[in-house]
Amino acid sequence: MSEPKKIRVDLALIAGMVAPHSRVLDIGCSDGLLIEHLFRNLQCDARGLELDMAAVTRAVTHGLPVMQGDADSDLATYPDGAFDYVVLSRTLQAVEKPREVLRQMLRIGTHAIVSFPNFGHWSLRLQLLFNGRMPMTSNWNRMWFETPNIHPCTIQDFFALCETDGYRVERWLAADEAGARTPWRRSRTLANLFGEQGLFLLRKA
Amino acid sequence: MDQTSPTPERTHESVTFAQGLALDCGRSLRSLTVAYRSVGTLNATRSNAILICHALTGDQYVADTNPMTGKPGWWERVVGPGLPIDTDKFFVVCTNVLGGCMGTTGPSSPHDERAPEPWGTNFPAVTINDMVRAQKRFITHLGVEKLFAVIGGSMGGMQALSWAALYPESVFAAVPIAAAAYHSAQNIAFHEIGRQAIAADPLFHDGRYWSHGVTPERGLAVARMTAHITYVSEAALTRKFGRKLQDVANLSALGDRFEVESYLQYQGSSFVRRFDANSYLTITRAMDLFDLAAPHNGVLSSAFSGTRTRFLLVSFSSDWLFPTAQSRSLARALNHVAANVSFVEVESDKGHDAFLLDEPDFHRILRGFLAGCAEHAGLA
Repeated sequence: MSEPKKIRVDLALIAGMVAPHSRVLDIGCSDGLLIEHLFRNLQCDARGLELDMAAVTRAVTHGLPVMQGDADSDLATYPDGAFDYVVLSRTLQAVEKPREVLRQMLRIGTHAIVSFPNFGHWSLRLQLLFNGRMPMTSNWNRMWFETPNIHPCTIQDFFALCETDGYRVERWLAADEAGARTPWRRSRTLANLFGEQGLFLLRKA
Repeated sequence: MDQTSPTPERTHESVTFAQGLALDCGRSLRSLTVAYRSVGTLNATRSNAILICHALTGDQYVADTNPMTGKPGWWERVVGPGLPIDTDKFFVVCTNVLGGCMGTTGPSSPHDERAPEPWGTNFPAVTINDMVRAQKRFITHLGVEKLFAVIGGSMGGMQALSWAALYPESVFAAVPIAAAAYHSAQNIAFHEIGRQAIAADPLFHDGRYWSHGVTPERGLAVARMTAHITYVSEAALTRKFGRKLQDVANLSALGDRFEVESYLQYQGSSFVRRFDANSYLTITRAMDLFDLAAPHNGVLSSAFSGTRTRFLLVSFSSDWLFPTAQSRSLARALNHVAANVSFVEVESDKGHDAFLLDEPDFHRILRGFLAGCAEHAGLA
């Protein structure tokens, strides 16, 4: 086993929500940085699902258990309770049916860990207000006609969905662009205005 | 090995088991010979053994020169020191399949009751599972309880799947490449053309060609030519031959005109020198009978319930014989039992045969997967 490596700050926040030795599925795992970290440092049985074949190839070449597949269609193929944690990092806004994906995550996993770029951030609000055009930021950096982010939502929107669908928010936090946590922890309103990303740990109520 | 026969010319290294083998068809073989090759060194804990399963017309000469053809091993790019299946780290064995013609018991072996006459078409129908049971007997004989990995392409992939389903505790990792959980109607149809071509050859003599001292070369060659087309993609044939003519000056004469024709004829004629027609019939039938889900009421995932084997499924984008969709449905069936699955489709225009050819991405994937598994198995 090699020395623990520093990982991206947003992944470190996610890893901080995962118990050691647990079973984890990372949806949209890219080339598998998080699952490698979870395996090496937390001794997790961590696996990945990734849409992009080039990323899958890099992950498997690196010895990581990753399968090519699609969150929208492949989650249904796993049995109930197969994982302790199912992670969806910065991908919720890009799936076809976010609500169904969340439902599947909490069917196949005891916990769901979800992060997404917050469309309620003040800079997006201002751009829309003053320019009257779809906002462009480093998180939201593709034109409306070609963006893969087809289901943008705000931190408040996400809280509302969790309530409607009966998910308990065990932990949540707002993060800046790099994924580091920001101090807007007590107020959802402030987090929704100043947080660039939302990160949630959910379980079924 | 104590039971190994000496190795004079044209005999293959082999082990004979006196206790025979009970087959899926209900019949039994009184004795079983398994021909094999091995490379590398078995470690003290016997935990670094990799079984490679060959495809329909392959053989046990996976890494070293084939004594029949004088050609290098069929996976010389993949198996060897420092190669993706690294023989510096792993003990690699490959056996000729049951029903084959390279030393393992098959239609050209002596008949149980009428020796020295060969079995010919009286050889019992065998299945992929039977092939795997024969391999298991051999692996146990080596003193290996658990294989580090079972790896194979095409029919070899079927065997890898069958290993994982029959002996889950004996397989740490399974790598079915360009494979499927069953042989499709289209696959069976192509095989049937080959079998009919062999049967229609006047030299076939109802399978008793050996008693006439002949071989049904024409029929076997046509079978090989048909099959070969299914192993390559249209893009690869176009890239290699296009519509190029062989002998432009001589267009008036009947005979090969296009380069692709003489290429196919070469494929056919080189094949008949090394392969037995009755083996071809036996093994194609075994492939056709393969359906992992059948004994489980059609529920494929049930074949792998509770499995702890780590799987790597690889398909090739231009393979139309064992298309990616087949590997994907296998991956999904394995998900149903929460198996540890890696699944990649490799971009290639080389068709089904890509697994035998120079595909750097595929080789990197295989190497990486095995390295990852070795770490989990405590071999690294």
